Amino acid sequence: MLHKALKGSNKYWGFLAILAGIVVVGVLAWLREHALGSGPTSGLSRDVPWGLHIGQLTFFVGVAASAVMVVLPYYLHDYKEFSRITVIGEFLAVAAVVVSMLSVFSIMGQPARVFYVLLHPTPNSIIFWDMIVLSTYLGLNFLCGWVVLSAERQGMPAPKWLKPFIYWAIFWAPSIHMVTAFLYAGLPGKHHWMTALQAVHFLATAFAAGPALLIVISMIIKKVSHFDPGSKAIRKLAEISLYALALHLFFIGLEFFTAFYSQSPGHMHTLEYLYVGLDGHRDMVPIVWASSALALVGLVLLAVPGTRKKESTLTVGCLAIFFSIWLDKGFAFVASGFVPNAFDRITDYRPDWNELLVAAGVWAVGVMVFTLLCKMAIAVKEEAIFDQQGQRQVR
Amino acid sequence: MPESRTPFSMSRGIPEQGAPASQAGQGGPLPSGKQPAPTAAQESGVGTDRRHFLKLVGAAAVAGAGGIASLGVLQEVKASQVLAEATGPGKRWALVIDVHKIATQEDYQAIIDACHRFHNVPVIAEPKHQVKWIWTEDYSHTFPGLASPYAPPELQSKPFLVLCNHCDNPPCVRVCPVKATFKREDGIVMQDMHRCIGCKFCMVACPYGARSYNWLPPRDFLPQINPDFPPRTTGVVEKCTLCYEQLAQGLPPLCVEASKGALVFGDLNDPGSPVRAAIASHYTIRRATDLGTEPHIFYIV
Repeated sequence: MLHKALKGSNKYWGFLAILAGIVVVGVLAWLREHALGSGPTSGLSRDVPWGLHIGQLTFFVGVAASAVMVVLPYYLHDYKEFSRITVIGEFLAVAAVVVSMLSVFSIMGQPARVFYVLLHPTPNSIIFWDMIVLSTYLGLNFLCGWVVLSAERQGMPAPKWLKPFIYWAIFWAPSIHMVTAFLYAGLPGKHHWMTALQAVHFLATAFAAGPALLIVISMIIKKVSHFDPGSKAIRKLAEISLYALALHLFFIGLEFFTAFYSQSPGHMHTLEYLYVGLDGHRDMVPIVWASSALALVGLVLLAVPGTRKKESTLTVGCLAIFFSIWLDKGFAFVASGFVPNAFDRITDYRPDWNELLVAAGVWAVGVMVFTLLCKMAIAVKEEAIFDQQGQRQVR
Repeated sequence: MPESRTPFSMSRGIPEQGAPASQAGQGGPLPSGKQPAPTAAQESGVGTDRRHFLKLVGAAAVAGAGGIASLGVLQEVKASQVLAEATGPGKRWALVIDVHKIATQEDYQAIIDACHRFHNVPVIAEPKHQVKWIWTEDYSHTFPGLASPYAPPELQSKPFLVLCNHCDNPPCVRVCPVKATFKREDGIVMQDMHRCIGCKFCMVACPYGARSYNWLPPRDFLPQINPDFPPRTTGVVEKCTLCYEQLAQGLPPLCVEASKGALVFGDLNDPGSPVRAAIASHYTIRRATDLGTEPHIFYIV
């Protein structure tokens, strides 16, 4: 089936070549970091030892988990509109897990020793569990997507033995993001992170950003191929993203209430640092307000029926939601958790350009994995002409 | 009152006993003379004995933690023997810092140098990338939330020595995915720089900012290398290990030796120990006790 990803237009190959070029640049930047040390190449410090890459891990685990928003309605509730798009969602999860795992790998000071995590399994460490749940989720989504697509190619229903794996993937999806939240939510002294709300808040942002990305991808697929993911499916995804976004904004409000009504300094300081600046440190303020403004744009465009139903405004709204949550959870959340530090001091974080290149390389790997898998899926669907429900899926 | 179960009780007479080492710490030749003759393996930066010791201690920690792997069982007996010989059973090391006894900036520097020079801690100017095992902070930043503007002026202007708190319930140990940092039975929170994968989770988890990552190649920032302690490589985390190598020889930590009696070291489980006496006779405070970490560095204010 993979050979279907190897047949394409010049544009397709050109796109892959550009991605490969970015991957090479990313690898070179990563090698440079290891040659010079991360001191001059990362922007990180003893006060802010985690930054952009751990933000990417956090954000993209969410994107991966959000595949459950198409898999669950389709398989558990028999919501047939998602039958065409489910495989795309699963392959998006595969690519997002690849980005997450590479992001966390890229921060390792001793990458050659990473296998120690398996050699010396340490169940009290959340990173150990993160490695387990992410690699399992990667395998599950690849398996489910691949087998269902093979069946579709042969004009057959998916084999029965796959069912347990599909159910496994469904309950595994929230668990991968809970584990990510537990990286933060169990650290004494990190007041901004240590909230029981963290896991559900992460799920809310995941289910807003993930479906928003899937909608944008569906629009691109409609443009570049004859496969039609289905307008009803897209509208349902928009509703899911809208409600999840509303929950996310509600949770932000809850954090503000707890911090400022209690007047607890540890809780207030980080929020002040993020939204108005603290002791003259205002680096995060424009980022967080940009995120807030984008969230508002997304909220309005997806809440108003007219703009939600119109493809162009829906796409703008989804892009706004995606980047709003990326700025917040993928960037500001991690670095601001270190403010103030153990000595009640503030250290700002600005990623070095070398760090940005490494992240671009990681993104490019993810886009490449998704492009290859998606190309294969589209080719199968274009040949099948009719979806599992007997509806025409090719324009 | 003084019982001499191990050579450790000697730490009571700190100024006298520690004199040779503190001289070395103040810029003189490195105290290599105290050590057994260096072995061939020190080419790679690790003494065979120390590596062997560290490995056994690690195995004992694994076994103690309940993860009794077959390897752990094989080495358990030997490991516990080594531990018993090195540190004695039932000990709980702690450090009491009497801030009033450290007078001048030179006194502070002597303590810091004694540690940093022996342990090959790189000298880095950029604060963001510094490696520090023991250093000074002012009162209000050492004890945020505790410091009052009406506290005695002497206290407010006084530098406080800060270092790893060797917690009873260390968050760094909880989060480490490879057991590179682990707690010994005698309370020392150890760091195995050869096991560390450089994920920095321990730095994120430590609520005392006591851990340092090698953001830069450390050898480039060492004016001289002490052959008796392994220099580190880029990309690993390090911190104070309470001079486990000194303790194994029955000597107090180097900072204690260099402190002219201002730092008191000993076994909290021993009612007759100098640390117990110091804590019983003075009002002491510890950093961020509300986090449940049970820090074991006490400050006499």
